[in-house]
Amino acid sequence: MKGKLRRTGLIFFPAFDWAISPTHPEREERLLYTQDQVFEEGLLDFDNIIEFKPGLAATADIDRIHICVPNAQSVITESHLISAGGAITAAEKVLSGEVDNAFALVRPPGHHAMKVVHGARGFCNVNIEAIMVEYIRKHYGPKRIAIVDTDCHHGDGTQEIYWHDPNTLCISIHQDGRTLYPGSGFTDEFGGPNALGMTVNIPLPPRTSDEGFLYVLEKVIMPILDEFKPDLVINSAGQDNHYTDPITNMRFSAQGYARLNEILAPDIAVLEGGYSIEKALPYVNVGIILAMAGLDYSSVREPDYHAEALRQSDQITRYIERTAAEVLDLWHRRRDMKKDLVGTAGYVKRKKHIYYDTDGISEQQEETVRVCDDCGGLVMIDSFADTGRRIFAVIVPGQSCPVCRREGEEFFDRMAKGRYRHLYFQDRDRDIYIAK
Amino acid sequence: MILGIDVGGTHTDAVLIEGFKIRKKAKIPTDAENLLNCLHRVASEILTGEEPQRLQRVVLSTTLSTNAIVQNKTEPVGMVVAGGPGLSPALLPRISHTHYVKGYVNHRGVIAADIDPDEIRSAGEKLRGEGIRHLGVVGKFSTRNPAQEVKTAGLLAGDFRHISMGHRLSGHLNFRRRIDTTYLNSAVWELYQRFVNDVLQFVRSQGIEVPIYILKADGGTFELAKSADFPVQTILSGPAASIMGILSMARCNEDAIALDIGGTTTDIAVFADGVPLLENLGVTIEGHKTLIRGLRTRSIGLGGDSVVRCEAGKILVGPEREGPAAALGGPYPTPTDAMIVLNRTAIGDPALAAAALAPLAGQMGLSVTETAQRIFTAACEKITAAVSSFIEEINNEPVYTIHEMLTGKKIAPKLLHVVGGPAAAMAESLGERLGCRPFIPEHAEVANAVGAALARTTAEMTILADTERRLLTIGEEGVQMEIPSRYTAAEAIAVGTAKLREKALAMGARQEDIEIEVIENQEFNMVRDMYTAGKNIRVKLQLKPGLISGFTRRQSL
Repeated sequence: MKGKLRRTGLIFFPAFDWAISPTHPEREERLLYTQDQVFEEGLLDFDNIIEFKPGLAATADIDRIHICVPNAQSVITESHLISAGGAITAAEKVLSGEVDNAFALVRPPGHHAMKVVHGARGFCNVNIEAIMVEYIRKHYGPKRIAIVDTDCHHGDGTQEIYWHDPNTLCISIHQDGRTLYPGSGFTDEFGGPNALGMTVNIPLPPRTSDEGFLYVLEKVIMPILDEFKPDLVINSAGQDNHYTDPITNMRFSAQGYARLNEILAPDIAVLEGGYSIEKALPYVNVGIILAMAGLDYSSVREPDYHAEALRQSDQITRYIERTAAEVLDLWHRRRDMKKDLVGTAGYVKRKKHIYYDTDGISEQQEETVRVCDDCGGLVMIDSFADTGRRIFAVIVPGQSCPVCRREGEEFFDRMAKGRYRHLYFQDRDRDIYIAK
Repeated sequence: MILGIDVGGTHTDAVLIEGFKIRKKAKIPTDAENLLNCLHRVASEILTGEEPQRLQRVVLSTTLSTNAIVQNKTEPVGMVVAGGPGLSPALLPRISHTHYVKGYVNHRGVIAADIDPDEIRSAGEKLRGEGIRHLGVVGKFSTRNPAQEVKTAGLLAGDFRHISMGHRLSGHLNFRRRIDTTYLNSAVWELYQRFVNDVLQFVRSQGIEVPIYILKADGGTFELAKSADFPVQTILSGPAASIMGILSMARCNEDAIALDIGGTTTDIAVFADGVPLLENLGVTIEGHKTLIRGLRTRSIGLGGDSVVRCEAGKILVGPEREGPAAALGGPYPTPTDAMIVLNRTAIGDPALAAAALAPLAGQMGLSVTETAQRIFTAACEKITAAVSSFIEEINNEPVYTIHEMLTGKKIAPKLLHVVGGPAAAMAESLGERLGCRPFIPEHAEVANAVGAALARTTAEMTILADTERRLLTIGEEGVQMEIPSRYTAAEAIAVGTAKLREKALAMGARQEDIEIEVIENQEFNMVRDMYTAGKNIRVKLQLKPGLISGFTRRQSL
C-alpha cells in the first residue's frame, strides 16, 4: 500500500449520447471502455471512492469567465453544462470537505477554450477548469490556484484566460508545439506584464517516456508549486501522452500517469483529451483513480506494455534536462523581468490570431491590459471574427485594485456600440456581466 | 391452490392461497438447527385435511444459505483466479486457498494473455492435497469471454465435488464481486444440495407432484431442482419475501415506500411505479459484496424492542436490542413501552411499561406520558430521516447520458406501506411526516409467506454484440456466437429475448408469467483510424419482477 488512504470523489459522466460528429475522436464511444474497466475493477466498491452525479452549470457560471459571442447559449450544448457542472461538483465536494480530492471524468473537454468564444477549437467550446476555478472563487472566496495541465496538447485556452492573473499559476507540460497542435506553449510564453511567471510552459520532445515526464514533475513543477504555495492544485488531466494515442507522439504509460498523480497530489483532476480509447484510457483512468485514493496501483498496466521498448533515448533525456534548467532559470528571474519588458508604458497591447479549428472560424484580436502593480490589471479586448461579428469587452479582474476598477467602469459607460456588434462588461469581483 | 412457506429467522410461516383468498395460515417458531424439520412441521400443519393433489404450486423462502454464511458454516473453497493487470491481489477479496494464475481477457473480450494449463493443474493438486473439495474459478472480464474460465474448470474437473464458474452467476462487470459471489456459491453448494434433495424427497412423500420453487434475493422464483447449482441466488431472500408480500396485498402501481418494522430493525424498500427497486449491482452479505440481484433495501437499527436511553437530555433509540419490551418482561425501556403508555398499542403489562419509562422521565424532568411522547417522536424521526436519505440517494444516482440527466425520473412516493409489530401504532405518524398516505396490509403477519407464494420467476440476460469481431456474447449463459457485420440492436434483442424465454422456462416459469423487458439498450459506433469499424451493441433484458399472472394489479387479497 502506498501512502495513506484518501477519500476520493469520482464524477463520471461519459455522455454516451453526445459526439462532435459520428467519427470524431470526441464521440460517444470515448469513455465506454474506461467505464468497463472502472466497473470491472470494482473501484466504486471501495469505501473511500465515492461516485457523485454531476450538477448542471448555469450560463452565469460561464459568463463569469468567458465572453461568448453573441451569448453562452448559442456556443454551447447541454453536454457542456454537464461537463462544466461535473467539474464544479468535483470542486464542491472537495471544498466542502466531503472528500479529500476528486476526479471529474467528464466530457467534452475545455482547455483550448479562451476568454472570448466565437465557436469550438481543439474540440473545446468552454473552458471547464476555468469555469470551475471562478465558481470556487465566487463561492469559497479568493484562492491561489495552480492548474497543472498534463494534456499532451498545450493548454493554450487556460493559459490565455489566466495570462494576466497573479493568483492563478498555469503550468503546462506538453508535446513541443513545433510538432503538435496548437503549435504554442514555448518556454518564453511566461505570463502577462502583471503576472510574469504565472504561466509556465514545459515543452517536451516527441517520444518522451515516463522518465522524462516524472523528471520535469519532480525537478521543475514541484519546486515551483512549493514556492507558489497554492490553496488548491488542479490537474487538467489529458491522457493523450500515452504511447498508444493516435494523434500524438509521446510514450507515457498508465504507471506513469498514476505516479504523476501520486506525486502531484491534485485536489481536483479534470479529464481533458486522450483518444486512445481502448488501449490507454481504461488503464490510465484506473491508475489515476487508485493513485488519488491512495490505493496500490503497482499492478495496473496495459496488456501490451513493454518498458524497454518505450524507454526514451539519452538524447531526449539531455534535451529535457536542458529545457528544465531553462524553465527554472526563467522562474527564478520572474520578478526582475517586468521593468525590462514593460518600461514606462501604462498599457500593453498584444495582437492575436485565433483559429477555431473545430468550427472553422478565424478571429483577429487585440488585447490591451493596464500595467498594474496592485492587481491583474484591467483588460480590454477588441475581437473580430470572420463570422462577421466584431465585439469589444471590458474585463475587471478578480481582486482588482480601485484604479483598474474605476477605469474599467468609466470606459464601459462611455463606450458607444459604433462598429461593434456587441459590447461586454465582466466584473469578476462583483460577479457582474453585462452585454449590450 | 398455492402453498407458500417462509422459513424466517424467528418464525416459519405458511399460507395456503386459493381463489385470490388466503384460506389458511400457520406459524411456528423456527428451529435454526433443523430447517427441514420446520418445513415438515409447518407443511403438515397447514396441509392437514387438505388434498395435496390440488396444489398447483409450492414456493419456499429459506434462510438456509444466509444462515450458513452468517454463521460461517460453509465449506472451504479453493479459488483459481486469473486477474491479469489491474488491482493488486491485496485489494481483492481475501479468501484463503486462492491461487492467482496467468490468463487475461480484456474489456472487449479478447484474450490478452493465455492461461498456463500446468500452472492450473498444479494449483489443483495443491488444493486437493489440502483436502479442498469445492472450487471457484474466476477470470477478469470473463462475462465478456468465458472461454478461459471454462477451460480452467475443464482442467480441474473430476478431482472435485463442485466447481463454480464466475461468468455463470451474473452478467455484470465487477471482478471483485465476481470473486466473492463465486466463492459464496461454492461455499454453500454442498449444504444446499442436501437441502434440495431432502425437500424434494419430503414433498414427493407428501404426494405433491407440482413444481417446487425457491425464492431468490430479487423476489423472483427458481424451480428448486434447477437451482441446485446456484445456491447463492437464494441468499437474503427474507426481505424480498416481505416486499413481495406487500406488493401482493396492496394496490400498488405508483411510487411507494414499504417499511417492515421489526423488533430490532426496520427495513425500508422503495417502489417505482409499483415495481420494487433492485440493487444496482448486487446484495451484500457479511461484508461480501456480491453480484446477486436483490431488492434494494436499507436496514436501520431501530425496532419496537430497541433500547431507549437518555443522554444529555436527548432521547436515543437503538440500535441495540437487549430483549423484548419491558412490558413483556424485558430489561430496558423500548419504543413498544412508549407506545403502550400512549395507548397506541395494547400488549403486555402497561404498569411494567410505565415503570420502565419512569427513570427516563426523572432524568428529563418530564411526566411519563411526555417522555413516552418524546420516545415515540424520536423513533418516528429516526425512521423518516432514513427514508428521506434513502430516497435522496436513489434520486441522485449517477446517470451516463445527457438524455437521462435532463429527463431522469425522480421517485416521489405518496404511499406508505407499513408491516411489522408496531405497524398500526406508527403508520399514521410516519405517513404524516413523510407526506404519504399510510396503508397497513391485511395478513401482514404472514406477508413473507404470501410474497413467496405469489412471486413469479425472474432472470436477466446481458447481451454484447461486437460487429467488428462479428461476435455475440451472453456471458452468464456461456454463449458466444458468430454474427454478421451488419448486425443491429433489434436483432440482439430478438436473440436475447428468445434465449431469456428459454432460460425462464428452464427455471420453471409459466408461459403466461414471462414478461420480458429491455432494461438497457446502447449502441456505439466503433471508430478506428477515422473509419467506422463496427458497432458495439449492449443490451440487457430481464423478466420483469412481480406477481404471477392473475395476481397483478388486482383487488387486495
